Amino acid sequence: MKELIYVLVDHNGENINPTSLETLVLGQELAEKTGRRLHALLLGCNVRNLAEQLAGYEVDSVIYTDNALLEDYTFESQCEALSQILKTETPALLLMAHSYQNIDMAPRLSARLGKALVTDCVDFKLSEGELVFVRKMFRAKLYADVRVRSEPPWLVTLQAGSRFADALVKGSAKVIDRQVDLSSVEIKRVTGETVDFAKDRVDLSQAETIVAVGRGIKKQENMDLIRDLADVVNAEIGASRPVVDNDWLSRDRQIGSSGQTVSPRLYLAIGISGAIQHVVGMKSSQCIVAINSDRNAPIFNVATYGILGDLQEIVPALTKKLREIL
Amino acid sequence: MRIVVCIKEVSSRESRYEVASDEAWINEANISFEINECDEYALEEGLKLKEHFGGEVVVLSVGDPRAEKVMRKALAMGADRGILIADERRQLTSPHLLGKVMSSALKDEEFDLVLTGTQSDDLSYAQTAVVLAELLSIPHATIIMKIEAEPEAKRLRALREMESGRFQWLELPLPALLSIQAGSSPVRYASLKGIMQARKKEIRTLKPEELGVEATAVPELEVVRLYQKKEERKAELLEGETGAIVEQLVEKLQKEAKVL
Repeated sequence: MKELIYVLVDHNGENINPTSLETLVLGQELAEKTGRRLHALLLGCNVRNLAEQLAGYEVDSVIYTDNALLEDYTFESQCEALSQILKTETPALLLMAHSYQNIDMAPRLSARLGKALVTDCVDFKLSEGELVFVRKMFRAKLYADVRVRSEPPWLVTLQAGSRFADALVKGSAKVIDRQVDLSSVEIKRVTGETVDFAKDRVDLSQAETIVAVGRGIKKQENMDLIRDLADVVNAEIGASRPVVDNDWLSRDRQIGSSGQTVSPRLYLAIGISGAIQHVVGMKSSQCIVAINSDRNAPIFNVATYGILGDLQEIVPALTKKLREIL
Repeated sequence: MRIVVCIKEVSSRESRYEVASDEAWINEANISFEINECDEYALEEGLKLKEHFGGEVVVLSVGDPRAEKVMRKALAMGADRGILIADERRQLTSPHLLGKVMSSALKDEEFDLVLTGTQSDDLSYAQTAVVLAELLSIPHATIIMKIEAEPEAKRLRALREMESGRFQWLELPLPALLSIQAGSSPVRYASLKGIMQARKKEIRTLKPEELGVEATAVPELEVVRLYQKKEERKAELLEGETGAIVEQLVEKLQKEAKVL
């Protein structure tokens, strides 16, 4: 039997998580390069429809599990279902999106099975038959090639944006119903109400210009520099996480994976280092200007123009210049 | 409540990283070290719970013996005692090995709650907390911003961060493990009195061998090569005298990018 690659596909009952589709692209690449067979795996309740959707992509089969205990996510039932599947089928790889849900569940699965988990990968390398995974380390300033030294299955999570879902190859796959027995699962962690800070928020997604501020601002007093600049260019103010955590701006102005996603014509990133959690929320902006004192800040990898220097000096000078011409 | 807070010593935020000659780690020669950022928030949450309910905060760390210094800082902030698993061989670099020594070290600690950060600023696997919970056979919750504990009722509520500005309350029985997100609440400074007292507080040092990990144990993940990707920089970098670069930028925004 040929070796297998499984891709776990996340969903909310109605839609497939976009990062899972990106993960499926990675699965297709790996299947092609290693000659392994690719299967999509779907856990949930009444997910046959979603399974049929997935069957329109080039995979060997879509395996789905319908179980009332999988309707709402709990790490307990998710881990048990996956343990049962991985113990009987033993794929070479289980690929997953690096989602908030999987990062809550996958390390537990990994420890339970005694199988390695490589988290937050952005790529893979295959040379002379050896597969290594590429991920960022040290505050995303260095890359690492990581080798797995335990027996398969290897569990892998993929960072959002590492592949383009558009690259998915279409196909026609069979859909397989795979039951699991979750009768022994004890749910200890109970899910309560959801709080949505985003509900009444300022909608930054429509803004033409955004001045966004990060940790580099250092002091609340310096926020005036940002407000002055935003006034001159008629911009909305946004922020990366540390600024919101300090209460220097309200949480509804946070941009990034735990905040809003924006794509203005002009995005001024001031004192923002460019952690991936922020970058995913703003990288599709048309023109990005980054002002930062650290030459190695990852924000310069997504910015169109970068200014290397002290924002306390540069921002007022920029505001003054713009006031003259606008 | 007896609360264990796991803290890790990592290279400081201002570090300029250079890859070491073995290509598997950074050159630590000119690096300073600090408590991993979200671990400091975990410690703050632990100290607040102790102030409210009484009890003890134990800090647990795995790392170079030099990590005693960051442990003293945690003790100065208010933790009561420390357990340092001294990894002199730099062998404990994977979530499974870390989970193994940490769970063994906690075997005889009758804790109510284990707190950790969500991820480390060096390896950034974001796994060890959840692996530890599995090995301790206790429930866990990750990326927590707020805790409401009811130690009498042996349970707590925790607010978990989710995608797109949403948060979710979770209820867990104690003992449990929570991984805390950076920014949960402002972190205190150590007082002078705290610093003085910290000198006398106990730090017990354990070796991996005492905790079931022999010198021959192989980590399940191994960094084969660490590197900088310079070619990735996309930005056209302007540097020099402020007035001149501001002029240049504005001109580019008007004429090249046409966004002004």
